[in-house]
Amino acid sequence: MSVRSLPPDELVDAARSGNRRAIGRLLTLVERGGAVADAITDLTHPLIGGAHVVGITGAPGAGKSTLTGQLTRILPEMGLTPAVLAVDPSSPLSGGAILGDRVRMDGVAGEEVFIRSVATRGHAGGLALSVPGAVRVFDAVGFDPVIIETVGVGQVEVDVVGAADTAVVVVNPGWGDAVQANKAGLLEVADVFVINKADRPGANDTRRDLELMLDLSHMSGQEDESGYRPPIIMTTATDGSGVSNVWDAVQAHRAHLDATGKLAERRAARLRYEVANRVDAALGARITAALDGYDLDPDRSPAAHAENVVGLITLS
Amino acid sequence: MPEEHKIRVVLAKLGLDGHDRGIKVVARILRDAGIEVIYLGLRQTTESIVSAAEQEDADAIGLSMHNAGHLVLAPAMMAALDDADLDIPLIIGGIVPDVDVPVLQAAGVAAILGPGAPADEVVAAVRNAVAAAAT
Ligand SMILES: Nc1nc2c(ncn2[C@@H]2O[C@H](COP(=O)(O)OP(=O)(O)OP(=O)(O)O)[C@@H](O)[C@H]2O)c(=O)[nH]1
Ligand SMILES: [Mg+2]
Repeated sequence: MSVRSLPPDELVDAARSGNRRAIGRLLTLVERGGAVADAITDLTHPLIGGAHVVGITGAPGAGKSTLTGQLTRILPEMGLTPAVLAVDPSSPLSGGAILGDRVRMDGVAGEEVFIRSVATRGHAGGLALSVPGAVRVFDAVGFDPVIIETVGVGQVEVDVVGAADTAVVVVNPGWGDAVQANKAGLLEVADVFVINKADRPGANDTRRDLELMLDLSHMSGQEDESGYRPPIIMTTATDGSGVSNVWDAVQAHRAHLDATGKLAERRAARLRYEVANRVDAALGARITAALDGYDLDPDRSPAAHAENVVGLITLS
Repeated sequence: MPEEHKIRVVLAKLGLDGHDRGIKVVARILRDAGIEVIYLGLRQTTESIVSAAEQEDADAIGLSMHNAGHLVLAPAMMAALDDADLDIPLIIGGIVPDVDVPVLQAAGVAAILGPGAPADEVVAAVRNAVAAAAT
């Protein structure tokens, strides 16, 4: 029998003994959602906690995949076993996608690195369910770290990275890039900043912009009470320079989380985010079902209708 | 509404020729048909394709070749899939002379698409190959 058709418990066992086909299959099943995905979540949840979950986000083309590819090259030399979840948008028209992140990781990532490409699959919030499931599979199977790459343009893409243990925000030199990142809500989630393409002019200006914005958030009291300030690392991902400094900064952030007890806090927040999204999805389905069977009398007030429908849902 | 399972196809160029126009067109055709394309790009090896297909749990593999190497490369890819115990259908796109078609079919290639294959033919070839492999 093909590994692909094993039941969830046997798939998890096969995956944990290193069968890459089984890992690939688990990721597919978790992404599809439903009862089988829930069964896998139940099976893998007790096995997690070993992986440092690192999110990497930034504007399209900032060099996230190239940087991730370089990280996956140096991490195995330190005895680590990285897995990558590379998220790209689905076409809103067809629901299909071209997932191209592997191109930039190619020839960089070694055979021992596991890379999985994921599409956002249209429906808002879909990622918020599928990414935690995939991260849990990687963690349960024994990968460490688990790196999530998302394009930092959508709210969910940013939230998913913000929910990681350590969030890395990649910007580029050039007027306004830091300001754009700020507007996209990226600055608030950043634990580590990377100015990639430092081989291009303007890297120092971008650093100054970022420092300024960090100073401002410090003055407004937004900064972590423990005094942690996100470091700014310069990289040229294409030739690998500065990449080991990025990992050092991620490690330093992890040490800070460990020393302050914030790791548990982060993970509790992540669990809450995941549960909230699951409840949201479940209720969404019930709302649709209730509305489908509900007679919307146009002469009645929407407020009254809403109250009725809420009643139907809470009773069902 | 039970969503049908998304088809995931690994698309790559095996060997050394550097033309990627054809494969990029195919990637867009498949995307526009609702298929998820995992694009590996140029200069892949049978090992890198097997490895990506495992990690991505691909439903099919599409290889583009334009350097007349198909008589060597396609069977080599089939052998690599066999060695890895991967029963994933292989679709070849490119210039394959008529006389070579039966040879590739005998080697186990699921479908062969010429360079000018229209979009619906490309999509149908992928869907049929995936459906046939699932039975
Ligand atoms: N000059 C220069 N180019 C770079 C650097 N890093 C990446 N690039 C190039 O920038 C382009 C985009 O790189 P990717 O790694 O694909 O960027 P990305 O952020 O993953 O892109 P998306 O996933 O599409 O959002 C590629 O052509 C890279 O070769 C760098 O440090 N310097
Ligand atoms: Mg990328």
